[in-house]
Amino acid sequence: MKLITAIIREVQLDKVREALIEADIKRITVSRVSGHGQQRIEEMYRGQIIIPDLIPKIRIEIGVNDAFVDITVNAILKAARTNGAGNVGDGKIFITPLEECIRIRTGERGGTAI
Amino acid sequence: MKTFGKRSLLILLLLLISSAGLFAADNTHIDSGATAWMLTSTALVLLMIPGLAMFYGGLVRSKNVLGTIMHSFVAMGIISVLWVIVGYSMCFGKNVLGGWFGWNSDYFFLKGIDTNIMDAGIPEYVFTMFQGKFAIITPALIAGAFAERVNFKAYCFFIAIWSLLVYNPLCHWVWASDGFLFHLGAKGAIDFAGGTVVHISAGVSGLVAALFLGARRGYPYQVIRPNNMVITMLGAGLLWVGWFGFNAGSSVSSGLSTAQALTATQVAAASGALSWILIESFHQGKATALGFASGILAGLVAVTPAAGVVQPYGAMILGLLASLVCYSAIQVKNRLGYDDSLDAFGIHGVGGIVGAILLTFFIRPSWMKEAATAAGGHWSLWNQLGVQGLAVTIAIVYAAVMTYIIIFILNKFIKFKSSESDEMAGLDRSYHGERGYGMLNPS
Repeated sequence: MKLITAIIREVQLDKVREALIEADIKRITVSRVSGHGQQRIEEMYRGQIIIPDLIPKIRIEIGVNDAFVDITVNAILKAARTNGAGNVGDGKIFITPLEECIRIRTGERGGTAI
Repeated sequence: MKTFGKRSLLILLLLLISSAGLFAADNTHIDSGATAWMLTSTALVLLMIPGLAMFYGGLVRSKNVLGTIMHSFVAMGIISVLWVIVGYSMCFGKNVLGGWFGWNSDYFFLKGIDTNIMDAGIPEYVFTMFQGKFAIITPALIAGAFAERVNFKAYCFFIAIWSLLVYNPLCHWVWASDGFLFHLGAKGAIDFAGGTVVHISAGVSGLVAALFLGARRGYPYQVIRPNNMVITMLGAGLLWVGWFGFNAGSSVSSGLSTAQALTATQVAAASGALSWILIESFHQGKATALGFASGILAGLVAVTPAAGVVQPYGAMILGLLASLVCYSAIQVKNRLGYDDSLDAFGIHGVGGIVGAILLTFFIRPSWMKEAATAAGGHWSLWNQLGVQGLAVTIAIVYAAVMTYIIIFILNKFIKFKSSESDEMAGLDRSYHGERGYGMLNPS
């Protein structure tokens, strides 16, 4: 089992969700986060250019069985990359080993609980 | 030197004109009671526009909240300016072009009314500002039909042109003393505060625009939920309060007819809201806050044309019927699958039609007597029903056809619908470069 954490652009959320649903990955957690990577953006505030030090992003967390890791990653890659070739700021995907997964309702553990 | 001479001549002329106006003013007495109430009403109707902004703003997704609020706010800017330049003249001037709209060069930039006192005893400035607020809210109502997917620049041009070509003519026909609907039948088509002019025209135009633009991305399979029902409820509350200016102010006096309109308004709003949550409870099992707010609006919209002629029992029944019909209209919309996002047609269009037609059955007897005298002896309920039906049909057809033409032509110059990427990013970011909320969860 793996935990896939993707940090993506806010604007790409709809596309990524659609791609995941199409790949039959329907159990996800989404949150609004902010952070800093290579991307630098300029925003206007009352006519002044400001460079926010923290940029808003979307974090998607998905727990998957090993067989689904590639499917999930490909779906996110396809949908979160902008303009075909990709741009700085499109985000990152982290894959971490997942020690255990427990469904609270039944107490089931492991791959079937995902 | 020559221009200077010309200018001083002009100033002299202006002084002469204004002093002539002053003499005229001395002859007409200002009714301070009526003026005070009309000033209050003007402010109350203006309050409805931020109310509408909040009502609509809460119902969209968080990425569109500012864009949606701006649809109402920018109307306060665009329409107010247009109203002063030509709007008031087009609505309340003398018939021109066969009565298509009005024109009076004194009203151009309101330059000739500086000292005018109307027969009702109020300064004409008050009346024009009061009427101007109606002109603002009408195009802002349309925005509910195509929320979350419209280009801001195109929207600005649209409401400006729509106001000139749809609102001003309709307003002239119904409310100007030489408008043809004002004289239809024995005592005119009844539209006390804007059932046809405001709500039917906005609702129908909204429907046409929503059909032309097509649905939002992901509609209807993707669930699109309100970002903040709390501001929606506050907005509905402000609309209810503001509606007292809208309806009771439309008597353009401060007396008996004002009180009658005020009472009808309160009764219809309450019965509409109650009916909606009752219907909803039976149909879906729960009384929702959005349902209550929708019921308030349905009742208020239906009583708008009727407030001057119905008694409280009539207003109560109108509120109930409006909620029943509007609720059904929204169910039908869900079946048909077109995307009237915030039900501008479902509530304003349908509710306006219900009110304008069914008010016939609740007209107070004294009005019918006056109509009979005016008609030369006999005027039945069915005669008036015919007049109401005709006025409503004219409003629907005119608004629908003109809106289609305006959007069709405008769309050739500026794409009316947001591009897919703008729509996904949200109106706030795409057109305003801002965000409504800080760090709320995405919706």
